[in-house]
Amino acid sequence: MQTKVHMKRPKSLHEKEFTYCPGCLHGVAHRLISEVLDELELRGKTLMTAPVGCSVFAYEFFDVDGTVAAHGRATAVATGMKRARPDLTVFTYQGDGDLAAIGTAETIHTANRGEKITTIFINNAIYGMTGGQMAPTTLEGMKTTTSPYGRDVNDVGYPIHVCEMLQGLKGVAFLQRVSLLSPRDILQAKKAIKKAFIAQQKGLGYSLVEVVSTCPTNWGLSPVESVEWAKKNMLEEFPLGVFVDKVGDAK
Amino acid sequence: MNEQLMMKGTEAMGEAAIRAGCRLYFGYPITPQSELTEYMSRRLPEVEGTFLQAESEVAAVNMVYGAACTGTRVFTSTSSPGFSLMQEGVSYIAGARLPSVFINVVRGGPGLGDIQPAQSDYFQGTKGGGHGDYHLIVLAPSTLQEAVDHVSLAFDLADTYRVPALIMADGLLGQMMEPVCLPEMKPRHDHERHMHWAMRGSEGRESYKITSFDIDPVKLEEMNIGYQKTYREVEKNETRFESYQMEDAQVAFVAYGTMARIIKTVVQMARAEGLRVGLIRPITLWPFPYAAIRQAAEKLQMVMTVEMSAGQMLEDVRLAVEGRVPTPFYGRMGGVVPTPTEVLQALKREWEVE
Repeated sequence: MQTKVHMKRPKSLHEKEFTYCPGCLHGVAHRLISEVLDELELRGKTLMTAPVGCSVFAYEFFDVDGTVAAHGRATAVATGMKRARPDLTVFTYQGDGDLAAIGTAETIHTANRGEKITTIFINNAIYGMTGGQMAPTTLEGMKTTTSPYGRDVNDVGYPIHVCEMLQGLKGVAFLQRVSLLSPRDILQAKKAIKKAFIAQQKGLGYSLVEVVSTCPTNWGLSPVESVEWAKKNMLEEFPLGVFVDKVGDAK
Repeated sequence: MNEQLMMKGTEAMGEAAIRAGCRLYFGYPITPQSELTEYMSRRLPEVEGTFLQAESEVAAVNMVYGAACTGTRVFTSTSSPGFSLMQEGVSYIAGARLPSVFINVVRGGPGLGDIQPAQSDYFQGTKGGGHGDYHLIVLAPSTLQEAVDHVSLAFDLADTYRVPALIMADGLLGQMMEPVCLPEMKPRHDHERHMHWAMRGSEGRESYKITSFDIDPVKLEEMNIGYQKTYREVEKNETRFESYQMEDAQVAFVAYGTMARIIKTVVQMARAEGLRVGLIRPITLWPFPYAAIRQAAEKLQMVMTVEMSAGQMLEDVRLAVEGRVPTPFYGRMGGVVPTPTEVLQALKREWEVE
């Protein structure tokens, strides 16, 4: 009997076992990025910056040169790398707390400078690593360990819409919100990630892909339930779509 | 020897960094060192370098982190409140062992303080500043020529030990003009000796990881033991100080930076009155010249510390002297620079000359 390989680990993904919870979608996002790096033949020419949060170990999961930034500072670190080595591809991988709370200033100014780096932004509306606290993207009424009565928008404000906020900045070359909530969405997400890296390769400016994701552990739902919950609740607050595309038709 | 140029302190240090092979600067304007940031913005494009004005000191220090990850000479400059903002990043840089250089043109504090020269950031500079067990190599120039020389030295020491280096200047050194000899221009320095860790893309090799992080306490302790081992080496090899008129001295002043420069005048004034006084000037504030001060104290009647602070280095002087002789202190705070006359009077008050 002949065996045929249909799918294997992308070269840009390290053999190291993920530290993520069962049902977590970080692994899917990691794989998509790795496939894109392989397809664009960028593995050996890429530097990545991991955030503080659940994906703090991401620098170990990608088989590219990597570091981990202080909480919220990933795009500043990536800026330093890119300015030192403009010939290399640089990307950050950040969660909602990292990118849209403690790192908001860095996020906005990196985007506004049109820094030629790529950010993959995982939005699951909660702080995972620290145990389920309220995030800047936590939905109205959503219960977390620091909003035990549900997010009261009169008290702590509304969920931040990162894509909508960055959309008006002229330095942004590519900006899309995708999800990982169905096979079709996952394929769509990969296309967006690829375009984001192409935007960087072409030197068009800053590129960011917001990935609507889940957190079964801290949402207190099974993996399947969490996907259903996200489809029902997250997509209404965070509609998918392309916000900025200066890349155009890419292969 | 190159020709002498009349330069302002901040600009002389900026030019010295470029001549030391540094082509990357990230910074945020703050008085009294904004001229350094301005100088880099003007000068770096002329030498195919990169200048970037960050959105904050927090961003600037993390840009330094990122650039240093690639094994390329990089520096930033700031003044006291700005350096406070950078402390998180400095701690990460020390933990990740990234060679980089910081210049703190110290001004009066705490809080917003003022923009006058001060030495009240000694604790912050020498005792860590940020969280965790770490040190920076801290250089304290007392003339512009020394400041220029210290810039090259800071880069070399940071590269040699993979310990970030800090130049503690003060507003006076930053703002005054003095003749300086600049070193020869070096090309962009990417320290090839650091090829075994620098992030430049993993083509043809395993991927490199740079962090100040290990979730396993035993491994993190190993990392810490590594830092400490390096610090002991730095202490052994790089402790620097100057002895001024100490041969027959009965009393030693200990002062650094601008204050040491003023003390040299005090020493001359005191000696003109027949008082046998000298100066021990720490050039490296970390590592601190404990042994030199201890040895000197054996033969002295008094060791008097003078600082433009409430007495911060004083604690290290007392650790060095270990109670052998009295260790009085004189200082002014808030950006007030002591005059030679008032220091001489303070000396006479403390030292009851028979």
